[in-house]
Amino acid sequence: MAYLELNNVYKSYGEGDNRTDVLSNINLSIEEGEFVAIVGFTGSGKTTLVNLINGLLKPTSGEVLFKGEPVVDTSHERGVIFQNYSLLPWLTVGQNVYMAVKEAFPKEKKAFLMKRVKDYVGMVSLTPAINKRPKELSGGMRQRVAVARALAMNPEMIIMDEPLGALDALTRGNLQDEILNIWSQDKRTALLITNDVDEGIYMADRIIPLKPGPNATLGPEFKIDIERPRDKTAMNDNPNFKKTRNAIIEYLMDIGEARKSVSNEIYELPDIAPKSFVA
Amino acid sequence: MEQDITLNKEGQGLAFLKPLVAKFTPKFQKGDLVPWLKKSGITLLSILLFLGLWHMGSKALYNIEANYKIEKALTEQGQVAADAERDCIASGESSCQPNTLPSPTQVWASLQTLIADHKVINADKAAFNQKMAATNAKLVAKGKNAIVYTGRASFVDIVLTSIKTVFAGFLLALLIAVPIGVVIGLSPSLRSAFNWFIQIFKPVSPVVWYLLVFMIVKTLYIGDSSDNAFVISFISVGLCAMWATLVNTAMGVSSVDKDYINVAKVLKLGTFQKIFKVILPSSLPLIFTGLRITLSVAWMVLIAIELLAQSQGLGLFVWEEFQNGANDSNAKIIVAMFVIGIIGFLLDRIMLSVQNMVSFNKNEGV
Repeated sequence: MAYLELNNVYKSYGEGDNRTDVLSNINLSIEEGEFVAIVGFTGSGKTTLVNLINGLLKPTSGEVLFKGEPVVDTSHERGVIFQNYSLLPWLTVGQNVYMAVKEAFPKEKKAFLMKRVKDYVGMVSLTPAINKRPKELSGGMRQRVAVARALAMNPEMIIMDEPLGALDALTRGNLQDEILNIWSQDKRTALLITNDVDEGIYMADRIIPLKPGPNATLGPEFKIDIERPRDKTAMNDNPNFKKTRNAIIEYLMDIGEARKSVSNEIYELPDIAPKSFVA
Repeated sequence: MEQDITLNKEGQGLAFLKPLVAKFTPKFQKGDLVPWLKKSGITLLSILLFLGLWHMGSKALYNIEANYKIEKALTEQGQVAADAERDCIASGESSCQPNTLPSPTQVWASLQTLIADHKVINADKAAFNQKMAATNAKLVAKGKNAIVYTGRASFVDIVLTSIKTVFAGFLLALLIAVPIGVVIGLSPSLRSAFNWFIQIFKPVSPVVWYLLVFMIVKTLYIGDSSDNAFVISFISVGLCAMWATLVNTAMGVSSVDKDYINVAKVLKLGTFQKIFKVILPSSLPLIFTGLRITLSVAWMVLIAIELLAQSQGLGLFVWEEFQNGANDSNAKIIVAMFVIGIIGFLLDRIMLSVQNMVSFNKNEGV
C-alpha cells in the first residue's frame, strides 16, 4: 500500500449548469520518503489538487488515502507550504512559527516550543529577522518563514504548492537547495507542485505532468535517474537530464497544442467596406 | 547572533505615543526652518483671517441691530428717546445692547467669565464640603447618605459630564456592536436574519432613539426619585452611534482573507483560537474604523440628546444659554461651540492613532 494514494478522484465546483469539472480521474500513489513533483500549466487545477491532498477540499467522487486512511480534514501530519506564503501580517516571524509549533505540540512546555521556533527560524537563516513582521521582509525571506512554519510542525509529509513561483531565479535556486537539504536530512515524503520543469527535475524523484483543465488529469510519469546530491551546473550536461527534460517539455507542448486545436472554429468576418461620405 | 523572541505584542503598547512625542520634540535640521515657518505661518495667517472676518461680520450685525433700535425709538417715541437709546448703546450699558453674533473679544471675555465662575463654584464647593465634613461623618457612621453639594454646575463640570456621557455611550456601543458584529460576520445565515434589523434601525434619528430609551428607562426607574438623565442620555448616545461599528465589524469579520482561513485550517486551530488569533486580528483595522466613526457620531448626537434629556452637559448648557437671553449668553454659546469642536477633534485624533496602531496593510503577509 502506498503512503499517499488518490483513486479515481474527481473534483468539480458548482452545481447544474454552472458546474465546472476541474479534475477528473486522478490516480496517484506516492511511496514513503519519495519526492514527487507535479508539473502543469497555470490554471490546470494544481492548487485544487493540493487542497484535496491536504484536506482543505473534499473530492466530488473517488478517494484520497493517506497511510491507508481516507483524508477527511487537515492534519498536522501533512504540512503545507502555500503558494502565497500566507503569513499572518500582524505577527512577527517568531510568532508566526510559534503559533504553528504550539498547535503541533500542545502538551509541550513553552521553553521547548521556543527552542523549536528558534531552531527552525535559524535553519532557514532568518534568526536576525525573528522579531520582524512579514512586511519588513523580502519575498524570499517570507517564503523561508513559510517553509520554517511548515517544517517546525514536524509533518510526515510536506506538500508544497508552487512555493517558489513568485521568486526571482537566484532566490529560487537558493531556496530549492535549502528545501532539498532539509528534505534529505530526514527523508520526509514530499510533494511539489510547480510550473517549472527544470525545478521539478532538479528536486524530484518522479515528475507527473498535469494535463490542463477543465477535466484535468495526470499524464504519464517520468522517472528522474540522476544521482543525489544533484549539482545544478553539472546537471545541465547530464544526458539523462537532457533526455528527461526534452521528453517532459515535448509532452507538455503536445498537450498544449492539443488544447489549442480543440477550438478550431472558423469565424467568418462580415464583408463590410467603409462608406464614402464624399460622393 | 542570539536573539530573544518576543511573543507578546512588543513595541505596541505605547507605540502610538511615539508620533506624539516626536511632534513635541522636533528635531530641527538645517533647511527645516523655512518650510516649517511657511507651514505654521500659513496656519497662523488663516486663523487671523478667520478672526478678522468674524470680527467684521459681528461688527456689521451689531450695527444693523443698533441702527434698527435707534430707528424704532425715533419712529415710536421721537427724537429724545432716539438720542437716549444711542447714548445708552454707546455707553455699553447692558440693558440696551444689541443681542447678536458676539465678536471674538466678547467670546474671549465670556470664556474668562466661565473660568472665573468655575473657580468661584469650586471654592464654594470646597467650603461646603469642609463645613459639612463633621456632619457627614456622623451621617455615614449612622449608615445614612452623606449630604453632597447640589449647587449649580460650573462650565468645567458641564464639559466633564458631556465627556463622561460620550464615553459611557461609546463603551456601550462597543460592548453591543463588536460582539454582535463578530457573530453576524461569522454566520451568513445570521447576517441575513439580522439584516432587516440593521437596515431599519440604522437611519433612525437621535431624537427618536432618545424617546425610545426614555420610555423604557422611565418605567425601569419607576418610583425612584434619583436623576436618570445621565443613564438615558448615555444609552441613547450608544444606541445612535453603534451602527457604524456593527456594520464594519460584520464586514471585517466576513471578509477575512481566505489565505488566513486556510492557514487556520491547516494549523488546525480550534474555533476560539481561530476567532481570536486569526479572524479578529485581521478585522481589527475595519473594527477600529467603525469605532472611530462611532465616537464622532456619539459626540455629535450627544448635544441634541443632552438637550432633550436635561442632562447637565454641553447640550443643555447651550440650550439654556439660548433660552436665558442674557447679554453674554450668545458669547457663551460660541464658547461652548468651540469647546465642542475642539473636544470632537481631539477624540477623533485619539481614535485615529489607535486605529493606525492596530492596522496593517492587507497584502503584508502575501
